[in-house]
Amino acid sequence: MKEIVVLSGKGGTGKTSIVGSLAALADNKALADCDVDAADLYLILQPTDRQEHEFCSGQTAHIDESLCTQCGLCQEQCRFDAIKCFKVVPTSCEGCGFCVRICPAAAISMKDNMAGHWFISDTKYGPLVHARLGIAQENSGKLVALVRQKAKELAEEHGLSYIISDGPPGIGCPVISSLSGASLALLVTEPTISGIHDLERVLGVCCHFNVPALVCINKYDVNEDNSKQIESYCMKQGVEVPVRIPYDEAVTEAMIHGVPVVEYCHNGISHQLEALWQTISKYLSR
Amino acid sequence: MIVSIASGKGGTGKTLVATSLAFSLQDTEEVQLLDCDVEEPNDHLFLKPSITNKEAVCIPVPKVDASKCTYCGECARVCAYKAIAVLAKHVMVFDQLCHGCGACSYLCPEHAIYEEGREVGVVESGYAGKIEFVQGKLTVGESMATPVIRKVKERINRHKTVIVDVSPGTSCPVVESIKDTDFCLLVTEPTPFGLNDLILAVETTIELGIPRGIIINRSGMGMDIIEDYCRQQRIPVLLNIPLDIEVARLYSGGVTLAQGMPRWKSEFYKVFAKIKELAGERDSCPQR
Repeated sequence: MKEIVVLSGKGGTGKTSIVGSLAALADNKALADCDVDAADLYLILQPTDRQEHEFCSGQTAHIDESLCTQCGLCQEQCRFDAIKCFKVVPTSCEGCGFCVRICPAAAISMKDNMAGHWFISDTKYGPLVHARLGIAQENSGKLVALVRQKAKELAEEHGLSYIISDGPPGIGCPVISSLSGASLALLVTEPTISGIHDLERVLGVCCHFNVPALVCINKYDVNEDNSKQIESYCMKQGVEVPVRIPYDEAVTEAMIHGVPVVEYCHNGISHQLEALWQTISKYLSR
Repeated sequence: MIVSIASGKGGTGKTLVATSLAFSLQDTEEVQLLDCDVEEPNDHLFLKPSITNKEAVCIPVPKVDASKCTYCGECARVCAYKAIAVLAKHVMVFDQLCHGCGACSYLCPEHAIYEEGREVGVVESGYAGKIEFVQGKLTVGESMATPVIRKVKERINRHKTVIVDVSPGTSCPVVESIKDTDFCLLVTEPTPFGLNDLILAVETTIELGIPRGIIINRSGMGMDIIEDYCRQQRIPVLLNIPLDIEVARLYSGGVTLAQGMPRWKSEFYKVFAKIKELAGERDSCPQR
């Protein structure tokens, strides 16, 4: 079983739209939405029959006012500035529990965080594991790891050949959590100077974690000089750029209709997406 | 006045808005721009500041003095992140898991643990014209963005007009960046993805009690869903930036809107005037 994770560094380059089309093109796969902060894949794949589970992770400190002597030790020692006026600021607390251990009045305790929900759904393209991180919650990396784990279990149970994951933007904790140990990273970029800058950093993360990468330039015709620059950069890095996808309003229209682009239209952009999937499946069978 | 620029969904135009706002206000205000999207900071590509100062961001990680350690295991027990494992005659520290809370060194009964800084990123600063510029950069391969964001925000000068560019999403880096700001400008696009993620971003600002307003980028893509939502929720729409291939071309080459099309300067100035008005009012959105 092979796991493909779609990343980009920069947000809004087209990861989710491309994953939606790969979902329609690939056979025998499970799907995972690892962008748990802002999960959008369900808007294209239209899942049904949801199984819903709670995700508890991490803890937050609570001060019992009736026991607190306001000595101020916790406030002084907290490295996260999470205690102000003898009250815990939940959005700053990192759940280390240091305050609990040093409080001379034993007035502080830790409570588990209900940090979000995760789901297993059916779609016409195969099973989808997705999640919703609670508002302003931490531990998105752990929720991503859980989504991947569940997708893997599903794929093994049903003897599926692929897991296709929609990754989060950036290069930090949830990205590392989506990427480590995957078979292939598909990096979707766009020919803007931000796109190029961010591609370089996310490619750096792939190298760091030893995950091979392919690059796909989306909306390449918005700036063809920049597209050429991306290709020559990738060549120098020894990374293939098998496919360029043109800008096409059909992508937004497909999103509005809640269907993958390859099912919405059958013109040039769909051919490019088909070529992309062929390249990926060939690459993985090497 | 501190204005944060966030979005939920990536690629909706935060950088465009942050840099255009800074560019437009620099003639009349003392502007400080902080790029808190430390995973992928891009504002520098548009403002091209001269960086004159670099400061490493370190988080304190434990080091064990073997001559004092009795391998009692207390440090491993108090670590909430499982960053320490104590074996019979060896203590293993997993630096990547350590949040730097300091519990282990404080609670070690033998005082055998001291801390050393581990670099996870850098804060760079300088000027772009009259704009004071500060950005954080997370080191590639590191996972914890919040310590870098915290360091960037330590540079806030409250006497200036401060613009904080935020990463996409709604989790810890976003919360760290937008908390304690006076107003949050949410940039979205009129698509189902844009709306889905905008709702999450709005909820985050409600959770943090920060007044908010919306900028709709690439408007005219064919849907009024954002306007409808904003009307229902009574969230003010402060600006519409139309879908325009010329805007996209300029942006792709590193030219922000207010610079490439100077008529937009007055539009961003108006946005800032509205923000000042709204930040002074009470929270206008119904609490959850």
